[in-house]
Amino acid sequence: MDVSQYLEIFIDETKEHLQSLNTQILDLEQDPESEDTINEIFRAAHSLKGMAGTMGYKRMQNLTHDMENVFSEVRNGNIKVGANMIDILFQCLDALEEYLDTIQTTADEGTNENEPLIKALNQILAGSEGEEGDDAPEAEAKDSKAEEAEDGEKDKWTQIVLGTSEKSVIGKAQEEGKNVFGLTVYIQESCILKAARAFLVIKAVEELGEIIVSAPATQDIEDERFGNDFSIIVITDKALEDLTKAAEAVSEIETVAGGSIDLSAETSEPKAVPVAEQKQETAAPVAATGTKVAATPAATKQDKKAVVAKPVVNRTVRVDIEKLDSLMNLVSELIIAKNSLVSRTANNENEVSDIEYLESVTTNLHESVMKVRMVPIESVVQKFPRMIRDLQKKLGKKMELYMSGEETELDRTVVDEIGDPLMHLLRNAADHGLENAELRQERGKPEVGSIHLDAYQDGNNVIIEVSDDGGGIDIDSVKQKAIERGVVTPDQAGSMSDKDVMELLFLPSFSTAKEVTDVSGRGVGLDVVKSKIESLSGEVSVKSKYGEGSTWSIRLPLTLAIIQALMVVVGDEKYAISLGSIETIENITNNDINYVQAKEVINLRGTVIPLIRLDEMLDIREERSTSEDLIVVIVRKGEQRAGLIVDELMGQQEIVIKSLGKYISKCKYISGATILGNGEVALIIDANAMI
Amino acid sequence: MMDNLKTSVSPAIGYYDDEDGYEAPKVTQFIVVRFGEEQYGIDIKYIDNIVRMQQIRRVPEVPSYIKGVINLRGEVIPVMSARIKMNLEEDVETKATRIIILKLDQHDCIGILVDEVKEVVNLEEGQIDKVSYEAKEDKSNFIYGIGKYEGGLISLLDVNLVISGAETI
Repeated sequence: MDVSQYLEIFIDETKEHLQSLNTQILDLEQDPESEDTINEIFRAAHSLKGMAGTMGYKRMQNLTHDMENVFSEVRNGNIKVGANMIDILFQCLDALEEYLDTIQTTADEGTNENEPLIKALNQILAGSEGEEGDDAPEAEAKDSKAEEAEDGEKDKWTQIVLGTSEKSVIGKAQEEGKNVFGLTVYIQESCILKAARAFLVIKAVEELGEIIVSAPATQDIEDERFGNDFSIIVITDKALEDLTKAAEAVSEIETVAGGSIDLSAETSEPKAVPVAEQKQETAAPVAATGTKVAATPAATKQDKKAVVAKPVVNRTVRVDIEKLDSLMNLVSELIIAKNSLVSRTANNENEVSDIEYLESVTTNLHESVMKVRMVPIESVVQKFPRMIRDLQKKLGKKMELYMSGEETELDRTVVDEIGDPLMHLLRNAADHGLENAELRQERGKPEVGSIHLDAYQDGNNVIIEVSDDGGGIDIDSVKQKAIERGVVTPDQAGSMSDKDVMELLFLPSFSTAKEVTDVSGRGVGLDVVKSKIESLSGEVSVKSKYGEGSTWSIRLPLTLAIIQALMVVVGDEKYAISLGSIETIENITNNDINYVQAKEVINLRGTVIPLIRLDEMLDIREERSTSEDLIVVIVRKGEQRAGLIVDELMGQQEIVIKSLGKYISKCKYISGATILGNGEVALIIDANAMI
Repeated sequence: MMDNLKTSVSPAIGYYDDEDGYEAPKVTQFIVVRFGEEQYGIDIKYIDNIVRMQQIRRVPEVPSYIKGVINLRGEVIPVMSARIKMNLEEDVETKATRIIILKLDQHDCIGILVDEVKEVVNLEEGQIDKVSYEAKEDKSNFIYGIGKYEGGLISLLDVNLVISGAETI
């Protein structure tokens, strides 16, 4: 069968499954007993295997199959999760990723059999065989042809956990003399339209009785979110055989296993599960307060994950980002056209209301398109816990990564680009930031270093912060290095503020690590981070206290293409200032201006704000305007403020940001240009750069 | 960008392309423009558009030869003065002044001001004299060859050299 048309979907979904496996296995390492996690892992591995098999990637399928076997044993309680096992599982994931990479480039999985891994997995399995010895081979012998059913028992329906309401329904039905059966339907592995087949089976069974429970949920079955089998519990007047026959009548069904539900026998088991779960949930926070704080966020995070994991079944459409780009361009053009209409009809009363209507439509259209392009940064930051875990082993330091605000959304193109800079900052924090164990002890810090990754929205910006409780930046050592490298003279270094010194870190080839490790410190680094962030119209800054840690923050604009801006006039030139960075607009007189260190400031309701004369800053005219009354636009960047003196306000407008192109890149106060309604070009002032 | 730079160093090499090599004589089309009294030729393959002079929006803090930006059908395009770049006197705007929009790679366009656009000429290889190596050393020399045709001599502009620097500064 030609499956090439499914290749893209396969790659996408496999990536998702691998990511979910990565996170889940990390969770498992934290909490080896969590049944939810184990089930989730099992499901992901199972679907992965099914998909790889369908696509004909045998090696991938073999590897996942063995992984699945291990998970199956873990789930049945025959193997305990150990550090060694987690390591091997991670290696397996890496190997799978490798397969995927090869598939992505060549559409073929390559020839790497990953035999050592498969051997290692089998060894884990063999370890359990002592207890499981009689069970496993038997099962294998029973259905040697149905490879799919190898994972434990065939009667998966016995594993369905029944809620109390369902139990009462079953109990009532049995009292009424009806039969209650559990069925597990196995669909042939080669089947492409599993959801359709499952639907036919469910329909056939529903004609004979009432389905009260299905595993996975019907919605998941409809969306094809299941492996090659699903289980249902049916209340019916008919015999079990009628049901299995009806189900097997559907084509591409491998086998149907079934049996009647014995509620009395069942109660003992399902009951045990919720109790155990509850116990665990309460146990976790207790342990946390008792031993170390680290466990609490981990536990709460897990809870959150469990909540988040469910509603992922939204109906979605995968759209090529290029199509969205062209849609965005069209919206931009529409807005420019609208702006030109606005400027032409400003005086005609009749048309104004029509134009206002058009304006609200285009604004909404723009917002919708923006939203479509927004994705949570989760997809990028998800891989970091795993990375930190690996770094921990490699560097021999103990550390913990806490993340918050993974749901913060950014434009897709930004999210795609932000991964590397963030990874760099995290590696830096782990390698250079955190001290080794002895030094930490000396400084009276907890043995386990903590690294935080926090994302949040601040007005029209998104802030992503990477902070650590490590050694912080040694200002003197940076200065010394700068002098050694000839970046600054000793005199200059002496007069530099700490902030200026920290800025030096962003210069090319400036690494303060005494030793070069393969984790970081290869001389390329922060300058690359900086230029990458700046290419996304963002900026990066650092705060640090020696001995206590550092915080790197990345500030990114929420939207890249279209913003609300205040239009101002300086001299005879028009400029746009992003509304997002404007706090207030003040009217002052010349008398309000005070001088601090020969610089102009105003005292605005108790805050001293430096003034910037735009006409001087942008070389607009030689002599200063003589006007007594001044209009000051107060702009804000984080905590800092500045007042921009302008000649005239034109009003608010939606503007489309156009790049000035690579030929004009050195203009630091101008972040771009826009085209006004009358076709004139106005420049956009980068208020952040002025502060 | 690298590719462009390579071809720019000696566009003449292109004329001996193996594929078309046998199709002698090879003809290249040039747009003849005027700066003051001198005539210059610009290879037509770099030209995206020729537009009339329009209002140029000044941009602060850029090299003096960058005149500013214009709106070209909804795109913001930088405009530079080839005269200033080539150390000639500053442009004087007349009715004949045009902006030639050059497109050197997929993404970015740049406009250059010229005093006048005169005509399009076809030059065969034999009509082009390459500038000797020594002459090229001179930084203010932006021509890679001299073309001879019935209207006289035209200096063939090395477009990449003319606009280079604009991107690095």
